[in-house]
Amino acid sequence: MPDYVLSHYNYWVVIVLMMVGLYIVFESGNLIKRLVGLSIFQTSVFLLYISLGKVAGGTAPILIGGGHGGDKSHGGDESHGAEGAHAVEAVDAHAGGHGGAHDAAHGAEHAAEILYSNPLPHVLILTAIVVGVATLSVGLAISVRIREAYGSVENDEIRAADISLGEAEETAA
Amino acid sequence: MNFVSSIVLVDIALLAMLGVVAVAIIRLKSLFAIVMLSGVYSLVSATWFVAMDAVDVAFTEAAVGAGISTALMLGAMLLTARRVKTPDKAGARRWGPFLAVFATGGLLIFASTDLPAFGDPNSPANSYVGKDYIERTPSEVGPPNIVTAVLASYRGFDTFGETVVIFAAGVAVALLIGFGERALAFSGQRSVTPEPVSPDDHHMVLRVVSKLLIPLIALYAFYVQFHGDYGPGGGFQAGVIFAVAVILNALIFGLSETMDAVPAGAARAGAAFGVLLYGGVGVVNLLNGGAFLDYDYLFETPAPGSYDPHHWGQHFGILLVELGVLATVASTMIVIFYAFAGRAPEIRDEDW
Amino acid sequence: MADIAAFFAHWAEPLRVWLGTALALAGGVLVTIGAVGVLRFPDFYTRLHAASVTDTMGATLLLLGMALLAGWSLVTFKLALIWMFLFLTSPTASHAAANAAHTAGLEPIVGRWRGDDKSEDGA
Repeated sequence: MPDYVLSHYNYWVVIVLMMVGLYIVFESGNLIKRLVGLSIFQTSVFLLYISLGKVAGGTAPILIGGGHGGDKSHGGDESHGAEGAHAVEAVDAHAGGHGGAHDAAHGAEHAAEILYSNPLPHVLILTAIVVGVATLSVGLAISVRIREAYGSVENDEIRAADISLGEAEETAA
Repeated sequence: MNFVSSIVLVDIALLAMLGVVAVAIIRLKSLFAIVMLSGVYSLVSATWFVAMDAVDVAFTEAAVGAGISTALMLGAMLLTARRVKTPDKAGARRWGPFLAVFATGGLLIFASTDLPAFGDPNSPANSYVGKDYIERTPSEVGPPNIVTAVLASYRGFDTFGETVVIFAAGVAVALLIGFGERALAFSGQRSVTPEPVSPDDHHMVLRVVSKLLIPLIALYAFYVQFHGDYGPGGGFQAGVIFAVAVILNALIFGLSETMDAVPAGAARAGAAFGVLLYGGVGVVNLLNGGAFLDYDYLFETPAPGSYDPHHWGQHFGILLVELGVLATVASTMIVIFYAFAGRAPEIRDEDW
Repeated sequence: MADIAAFFAHWAEPLRVWLGTALALAGGVLVTIGAVGVLRFPDFYTRLHAASVTDTMGATLLLLGMALLAGWSLVTFKLALIWMFLFLTSPTASHAAANAAHTAGLEPIVGRWRGDDKSEDGA
């Protein structure tokens, strides 16, 4: 049981944070505070993704020893598949023939001795954060326009203004 | 559990801080404090990302959450309201949100029991695609930073889409609240009678220190940009950091002076140029017979069976694409900031 | 002479690690003291004073300890850079906060502090 809690408490805390964000969105009538709540919710989703990509005992996904780019010593003699996109078969096919398996082995050897955390969630979240601030600014811009049109960013006051405007139009017509 | 217990301690401490900050935000009424705490929330979560090995993400979150988004929210707050009004709530309006949130949270926690254990190296998320990227990056793409390789090369199309989304968001903000023309118009008026520098200038220290720091921040942005292949960093982070340098300049030296240094028109052009550069790299690959954004075809059609051990195509493709991302992100953030800051005819020093 | 060289060669490594740990721990203690001060001190200016303990000695000791633990490498240079920037920015930030409070008309509590009087709470 303690093991189970230790291996899942992360998700539970993240869910609680998410619910705090959702509560702010529901509870507050102020549009700016709602956007803050929304960004807390969003950050909590990021936390969930990143904790799913963590590998116990792993390290940041930056190849130790410089990867291939920094490894000029065995540059000239390898040759295998030309295209990066579909090179698995190519690596296998050319590995024996050209004595160029060094490179592939080099990569595999790294993966074997050092554990790296999963880079895929990092990529997804990295771009999501920047997209998140861009969309947040659209929301803020809309709030600014609402403030200029209604003189308020409180949900109740905006609704009251809308209703009284509708009634005025009704009586005019 | 083969976790080092110190990691678990750090983890729990940071998560507890996040919880405290989030609950404090619920209870606060001053929007200024709320915005500042949301910056703190971002900064603490960035620290937590480092503990989770996500250094690139932490970098982005720290620059975006504690830098740009706090500045933008403050700008929007100055144009809207300073405090949350608290109408009396009773009955369903008070308990409704509570019940909805508890029900949703309960369902999510129920579902989370099926998730793999935290840090499990054999969980489905960590076994297939992610592992593949780690194993194949050295022989296929080259840069030591796998996140950069996946971001710009393997999932380049995805990143292109995100760059376009950022550009579109910039366009949307400009359509909603303009490009900051009000400030420009006002600055034209003011330049007729330049303000004399008062002897009891409150901001002397700030001016001197930021004059020293702003060029260094801009320089650091380029370090982050060009070091992104070898360490944490890349176009997104560098763009945000560069925009922070411009925003800091605007906060300290005034908007009109900053608009002279970085003209709004140049920022608009830069945003479009970045997307164009990114797409252009993809089209060049198409013309050379490869797939869209397949950088092996960047310079020439590679001979069948040949293998470039230096991955020059990949290196230059990633470099150009990241430059496009830098241009779009930095310019869009500057455009958005100008839009907010330029909306008010004048922001007094005391208001910031 | 040779004895001394051998002695240092033997003890330099554990000494470095222990000294680094001790410095980092001392830095941590100072940061904690600063945090307690921010919570306990009565008004804005004294709280700012407590917070500056974190920025100055706390951060310095932590960075020094980390530099010792990391050994002589590029990391040392980066830590030195961080230290330099902290020393440029954190006094500036404190100055800006204090200046803003002073300009806004927040008066510091002068004289003897007599218990937690809510009316004088500088928050």
